[in-house]
Amino acid sequence: MNTLAMRRSNLKVGLLAAAMGLAMLGLGFAAVPLYRLFCQVTGFGGTTMRATESDAAIAERLARSAGAGTISIRFDASQDRGLPWRFVPAQSTQQVAIGQRQMAFYTARNNSDRPITGRATFNVEPEQAGKYFNKIQCFCFTEQTLQPGEEVRMPVLYYVDPKAVDDPNMAQVEQVTLSYTFHQAKDAP
Amino acid sequence: MATTADRFEAHSDRDHAHHDADHKPAFFARWFMSTNHKDIGTLYLIFAIFAGIIGGAISGIMRAELAAPGIQYLGWWVNFMGGEANFDANLHLWNVLITAHGLIMVFFMVMPAMIGGFGNWFVPLMIGAPDMAFPRMNNISFWLTVAGFTSLMLSTFVPGGTGMGAGIGWTAYAPLSTSGAPGPAVDFAIFSLHLAGAGSILGAINFITTIFNMRAPGMTLHKMPLFVWSMLVTAFLLLLALPVLAAAITMLLTDRNFGTTFFDASGGGDPILYQHLFWFFGHPEVYIMILPGFGMISQIIATFSKKPVFGYLGMAYAMVAIGVVGFVVWAHHMYTVGLDVNTKMYFTAATMVIAVPTGVKIFSWIATMWGGSIEFKSPMVWAIGMIFLFTVGGVTGVYLANGGIDDVVHDTYFVVAHFHYVLSMGAVFSLFAAFYYWFPKMSGRMHSELLAHLHFWVFFIGVNVIFFPMHFLGLQGMPRRYPDYTPAYEGFNHMATVGYMIMAASMVIFFVNIIYALFAGKKAADNPWGEGATTLEWTLSSPPPYHQFETLPVIEDIDHHNHPQPNGKAAPA
Repeated sequence: MNTLAMRRSNLKVGLLAAAMGLAMLGLGFAAVPLYRLFCQVTGFGGTTMRATESDAAIAERLARSAGAGTISIRFDASQDRGLPWRFVPAQSTQQVAIGQRQMAFYTARNNSDRPITGRATFNVEPEQAGKYFNKIQCFCFTEQTLQPGEEVRMPVLYYVDPKAVDDPNMAQVEQVTLSYTFHQAKDAP
Repeated sequence: MATTADRFEAHSDRDHAHHDADHKPAFFARWFMSTNHKDIGTLYLIFAIFAGIIGGAISGIMRAELAAPGIQYLGWWVNFMGGEANFDANLHLWNVLITAHGLIMVFFMVMPAMIGGFGNWFVPLMIGAPDMAFPRMNNISFWLTVAGFTSLMLSTFVPGGTGMGAGIGWTAYAPLSTSGAPGPAVDFAIFSLHLAGAGSILGAINFITTIFNMRAPGMTLHKMPLFVWSMLVTAFLLLLALPVLAAAITMLLTDRNFGTTFFDASGGGDPILYQHLFWFFGHPEVYIMILPGFGMISQIIATFSKKPVFGYLGMAYAMVAIGVVGFVVWAHHMYTVGLDVNTKMYFTAATMVIAVPTGVKIFSWIATMWGGSIEFKSPMVWAIGMIFLFTVGGVTGVYLANGGIDDVVHDTYFVVAHFHYVLSMGAVFSLFAAFYYWFPKMSGRMHSELLAHLHFWVFFIGVNVIFFPMHFLGLQGMPRRYPDYTPAYEGFNHMATVGYMIMAASMVIFFVNIIYALFAGKKAADNPWGEGATTLEWTLSSPPPYHQFETLPVIEDIDHHNHPQPNGKAAPA
């Protein structure tokens, strides 16, 4: 029964199965970049979009020709437990024309006696607004280092994509909340 | 389909005396370096019973604590384990208990018993193979599982954050399992999953190769007994799901120890990604635990109805369908992480689709019994109990599949009731059914049918008294994973604890029955269950020879409706 031919064919099937297992292991690790890519492309779970100035110019023209209305943006800020910063929005809401570029500010102050580098994560509510919320400039694109006692005003330049007007899921949305959370950056002072 | 797995007759080798068929190695070599699929199966079953006692005792501590509001016993256990009882340490111990109970029952009780135990024992026998394809790898699988269990046990004696042991839940969600639980206990627990997972993956490769390559002549895929089909599907699920868990928990380890930030927002990672990876493994995992049970129930129902199973091909491909669809429904465990409505709609619909092949199985079992000459032997009552209770769990599963309802009952005792109905009743009833079905074959001794029936009734009442009230507790809003609760929940909790004691009493009956059978049981015939038991293992002696099928059995295509079988008995209609 346990002939050489049988052993060889067992080995072939066994190795094939092992290769499937290894492929799934690889896929498990590949999930990390794929997941990030997926969220960036689809705006899944309230991931906001990054846009260039030229994107913004096109969006503004589109919005004007479509006669889109206005939408309210609410600003929210919080910081990770253990990060000795004071981090607040400079304005609580803004009423903006859809498609129009708008600047908002956040204020951050380092209350500790050492320089600290922070990194902001971001999210919008409701989730379906994520793919229409475009940021041209944001302090969250880079890490921010604050000296002891330093206070900075940090800008966000954003617009709401006029395609939102055509999305039935956005029909009931009158206000979009933009939220940032500052974390102490890993591997930084 | 003229012929199914339940309808063949085999030429077995048991009547040809093999001079070396029963040559067994000495004790140490036989049990510690075993390459024999039956011995490894026995080792797995003993290991699963041992782990089940520990996991069951842990749930006893939990049920005792939950019998009344307030913290009664946790402090005593903290002191007993060598710690200093205080509020934080007590609550940490609770987290350790729920974690250990979940991990032990999933990875070291149900999986070793179903796949390692009965799978190892009966897949080669049922397909007419002399052993597994890679006998030495089979041995490695077993000892990796033991090593994993040892690692999990060791974790309880080292610090894990607010106390001794890993209190991260069996799901090990980040950030609780990363920044939330410093100390080596969690590393030990994660390592234990690595070891058990590696053992299971090797086992899965072994089963796939055995089933594809080593079937006896004439045993086509479409004639394989349904238990073998269930093991084939399970092996594929293991092979595709476990590596993803391995990747996820490896990332947990590097997040914990080597400064990576896969699941840490402060470094650009996302803790939700861990949940996606975990449940991409975790949902197939629940089918890994129940599919072998489906296979066992199919054999048992057909045997004791003295009919071939109804809709053999439908039954086989229903399991394949459950396995395939099981990979695309994982986010129904994560409805409350902030999925948008469309995603929830997809996962709700996809989850409910699984009820279709599952329903095919339930109704086919009932159709198998319909018009059958049913004999209520102990495996049969356990199997019928499984069908009933698994259906109860299935119904609450369809209920929970709805994203909108899950928002309300997520992480409440309703969910606890649901998954215990499908696992601690669906899977465990299957295991007991299979145990009583195959124990005479494995040991060569008959158990006491009276004790087995008594065990069934006491266990049936016990587990229902434990878990049915949990539906009400959940709907009333009692959250899971807490040792304390408001006095409003006391009635049903007290009832559940009484149920635990009934269940524990039934386990005493079980062990008495095993001891009785081993020391005083009647010798089991080759086929103690009569004409309904048609699969190949019943053509061998009880217990089977140490090496079986040295000359391969040949499976003939018999039209059983017209011809008497070769052994002279008339074929059952």
